[in-house]
Amino acid sequence: MSAERIHWFTFAAPSRFYALAGAVAPWLWVAAAALAAAGLYIGFFVAPTDAQQGDAYRIIFIHVPAAWMSMVIYMAMAGWAAVGWMLNARMASMLARALAPTGAIFTFIALWTGAFWGKPAWGTWWVWDARLTSELILLFLYLGYIALTEAIDDVRRADKAGALLAIVGAVNVPIIYFSVRWWNTLHQGATISMTAAPKMASTMLTAMLLMTFAFWAYAFAVVFVRARAIVLERESHADWVRALAHKEQIA
Amino acid sequence: MSDLFIAVYARDLRLAMRRRIEAMLPIVFFIVAASLFPLGVGPEPQMLQQIAPGVVWVCALLATMLSLTSLYASDYADGSLEQMLLSGESAVIVAAAKAAAHWTLTGLPLVVCAPLFGLLLGMDSASLAVLTLSLLLGTPTLSLLGSVGAALTLGLRSAGMLIVLLVLPLSIPALIFGTGAVVAVEGGQSAMAHYSILGALLILTALTAPPATAAALRISLE
Repeated sequence: MSAERIHWFTFAAPSRFYALAGAVAPWLWVAAAALAAAGLYIGFFVAPTDAQQGDAYRIIFIHVPAAWMSMVIYMAMAGWAAVGWMLNARMASMLARALAPTGAIFTFIALWTGAFWGKPAWGTWWVWDARLTSELILLFLYLGYIALTEAIDDVRRADKAGALLAIVGAVNVPIIYFSVRWWNTLHQGATISMTAAPKMASTMLTAMLLMTFAFWAYAFAVVFVRARAIVLERESHADWVRALAHKEQIA
Repeated sequence: MSDLFIAVYARDLRLAMRRRIEAMLPIVFFIVAASLFPLGVGPEPQMLQQIAPGVVWVCALLATMLSLTSLYASDYADGSLEQMLLSGESAVIVAAAKAAAHWTLTGLPLVVCAPLFGLLLGMDSASLAVLTLSLLLGTPTLSLLGSVGAALTLGLRSAGMLIVLLVLPLSIPALIFGTGAVVAVEGGQSAMAHYSILGALLILTALTAPPATAAALRISLE
């Protein structure tokens, strides 16, 4: 039993995580590039043109995976931040900090590509649809987290304050989503529903899944690289970081 | 427990009464901000009537946010906040009492003034009553949510802007159902559902915000 526990927490040590992430990151970059190339090829050249929307729909292959990632990463960020706060695990807090910019950029990509899609499909860049509005609010939550953690100079306080904010945000996300939905039906704002999408051809689904895996690989890769940088910054007093810097200098 | 609540609450009110002009600033901000809308969008009565509930609610929201910076700042600066947390008394009660005092000093005057502004923007008396009631139910939620933001940003350089950025997204449900109540009544429906949800939001935040604020204060003062 105890051996199992030790095994689980092996990579909670920043030095071991640093080595692991460094070893895995190149493969993740390769996987992300290969999957994205395959996904984009199938999405742009193999998948059939949509009967109603023409070729404009093809932005879906970036838009939908980005929107998924934006939500998954927020939950992962809040989870790691909570673990870091409650168990006082440094590596978990560093991972939460490393996840935030990637989540924010995926949210931004989802909104941006959504606007590009909205123009040909609906004739407008933006509608105050419940999903669009909640995605925008999610971006505000990410920005709030990043702004708060960056504004606090003391690392430990920044991690804990960010954790509390991320948890409060995660609890509020469903409340916000449902109130925005209700608000939207009250105001009769958008007449277009995105839920009534036509059934997808299987090649489209393949492309979308490939792009989703590509985004997952990219997210892992970039978060690992960022987390490695954070580890070096915070552990700069540790012997193993000094030894590493010394080795770099010689080489 | 309730002695502590009353003591902290009364202390905050007494302190505010010693600085009356400062205590009135949020309401002055509300009046000035709400007056800008007719100047900005034009004086057509129909247009003003349509946007009135939203204008009053958004201005109340902003007035609450801007007054939050001072919620813990002076206690933090003179060390009394640290003493309160070290006293061994429940930090949750202190946080709840301070949020209640904040609402009495900013939320309540807003509720009292809001009908006047609704009137200036051309709302009829039925909508005014709904607007007032929705603010009465909604503004305590804003004070409670805001106290979490105020505690998290304690002593930071850009605390004022940060509080707005942190708390505004969380206060969107209160805004939606607050203005929704007025829209429902103007559309000939009952506002009961909106009151119920505003009440539910208030209960939820009243139960969760003080512990979160207490935790945030501990983090900030560590």
